[in-house]
Amino acid sequence: MTRYFTEDHEWIDVEGDTGTVGITDYAQGQLGDITFVELPEVGASVSKGDSVSVVDSVKAASDVYTPVSGAVSDANAALADQPELVNTDAEKGGWLFRVTLSDPAELGGLMDEAAYKVYVESL
Amino acid sequence: MNAVNAAGWRPAMGGAEEPAEKFATASGDYGLMLEEPLSFELGATDKCGVDIDAPDRAPAPGLSKFLRKAAPNLPGLTEPETMRHYTRLSRQNYAIDLGPFPLGSCTMKHNPRLNEKMARLPGFADVHPLQPQKSVEGALEVIEQLADWLTRLTGMASVAMSPKAGAHGELCGLLCIRAALDARGETRDVVLVPESAHGTNPATAAFAGFKVESIPATPAGRVDLEALKAKLGPNVAGVMITNPNTCGLFEPEMKAIADAVHAAGGYVYCDGANFNAIVGKVRPGDLGVDAMHINLHKTFSTPHGGGGPGAGPVVLSEALAPFAPLPFVTRGADGSIHLVEEENRGEGHARSFGRMVAFHGQMGMFTRALTYMLSHGADGLRQVAEDAVLNANYVLRACEDLLPAPFAKSGPCMHEALFSDAGLAEGFSTLDIAKGLIDEGFHPMTVYFPLVVKGAMLVEPTETESKAGLDRFIASLRSVAERAKNGDESLHTAPHFAPRRRLDETLAARKPVLVWRGDAG
Repeated sequence: MTRYFTEDHEWIDVEGDTGTVGITDYAQGQLGDITFVELPEVGASVSKGDSVSVVDSVKAASDVYTPVSGAVSDANAALADQPELVNTDAEKGGWLFRVTLSDPAELGGLMDEAAYKVYVESL
Repeated sequence: MNAVNAAGWRPAMGGAEEPAEKFATASGDYGLMLEEPLSFELGATDKCGVDIDAPDRAPAPGLSKFLRKAAPNLPGLTEPETMRHYTRLSRQNYAIDLGPFPLGSCTMKHNPRLNEKMARLPGFADVHPLQPQKSVEGALEVIEQLADWLTRLTGMASVAMSPKAGAHGELCGLLCIRAALDARGETRDVVLVPESAHGTNPATAAFAGFKVESIPATPAGRVDLEALKAKLGPNVAGVMITNPNTCGLFEPEMKAIADAVHAAGGYVYCDGANFNAIVGKVRPGDLGVDAMHINLHKTFSTPHGGGGPGAGPVVLSEALAPFAPLPFVTRGADGSIHLVEEENRGEGHARSFGRMVAFHGQMGMFTRALTYMLSHGADGLRQVAEDAVLNANYVLRACEDLLPAPFAKSGPCMHEALFSDAGLAEGFSTLDIAKGLIDEGFHPMTVYFPLVVKGAMLVEPTETESKAGLDRFIASLRSVAERAKNGDESLHTAPHFAPRRRLDETLAARKPVLVWRGDAG
């Protein structure tokens, strides 16, 4: 399994042709207490960079962009009752949705953990 | 000293001077400050506060199936109980009539009492929208005169008076743009919205069926003209710009922006919510604006949320005027005033995009706004803008040494002073300052908006406040900011002296309780 990051503070874990997407711990810290997560519909076809999910916090509503193209295969149902999972466990239990990748080459444009760390420190 | 009655003189009143220790009262109320239950808790659902005759005949045939089978489960309150309930609640409210209301981008200014007196004249207050036109000529005259003031103040060709609020006006402007594009036989589906625009702008564009593309702000808090130019093309219907923008800054390149948009075949919508800063100083028509809504409740002193729906007239350029919605009040060549509707729309309004509302206008708002204009005159309105801008700059310069003002270096602000919470002690933020201001007796400013500034605090004093009033607010804001810089833990639990302490906003958003359930909980 390999983890990649975007400049919009999403992470994606890729295993085979399935990518699991969430927002980073840095992102949840910036947003503050998350109050609601709008998830994409399973089966929806998405293109890299589309706004597919919305994370509401006490401060703002923020779009989440899919880092890859493909079909949404799963969404984290636990977030309906426990949106706070995105705060407490952003990079694991607070995952948002899964995508079946249609073009794995898109991963080439993303950052690895070390590069993302440098990027965040530059902000 | 900024305190009221600095000398502290009071006439001797005799009797006990010291406040008593707070003890439990039998009622749960204290002094004449009353804790107010919900109306459901006040009134039992098995009693009725009014005497309604039992029906004396059976319902008409065919209607009996609609008869209510169960009681409506509403609390039964008498008229005095109802009056007292709402009057008590109103005493717990904070209003512009009680003190400064520094909400940025929301222009909460004094509503002059003369406006109220005029709005209550029966010829305006009691008109019915279906009255014969001959019997409402005075009301139509008010609408036409107000429209005339609005077009002169903005330098625009025409004004649609029927939209009912700011965002409704935005929709009206975009529907005019859509109609104008249709008339040209073009399909353009993108609306550009800068980051410094009001949040309603992208929402309106999406609601009207356009795709929204964002334009970044420059480090100086203005629209990035080059980025905007790069996005222009045959698919761009127009741009929505808030000027002065939500950073409290004037967009000096507005004319260049408008020229570029027009050259690319698009239209310019301007969000006029902040018109209070420039009324009488700048005419949006001269800047190339094609459509702009005017919040009568912001710039022209009609009440916010009071007196029914608001009013958001939309001024239109020559290019968009033919598409204005009906009904429309117009003055004929002979000076007579007509209400233009579908049946009599004639040449001038043949291309109207339709109707947004059933009836024309919000008479109470129109009467108040025109009263404000006539009582101030053109010179008075200009001074309104000057004083509002002066007051905002006074607050900005009085606090910028303590609270970072991200755009203060780029020159004077317009109607609102923008601060950031950078530099507070670890763990302290904008929210703590806002709550601390409640203890000081002030309604907090707008917080965490605009989003382009971290921990934004947006203060709009308006022209309403005197220098003494501003000095008191500044002293309080500085005191609270200093406590936040010094890590005063008591700020984390502020407000301490309000009827309610700090509420858990996160819990309220995650698990809202929207329905009263009595004991069931």
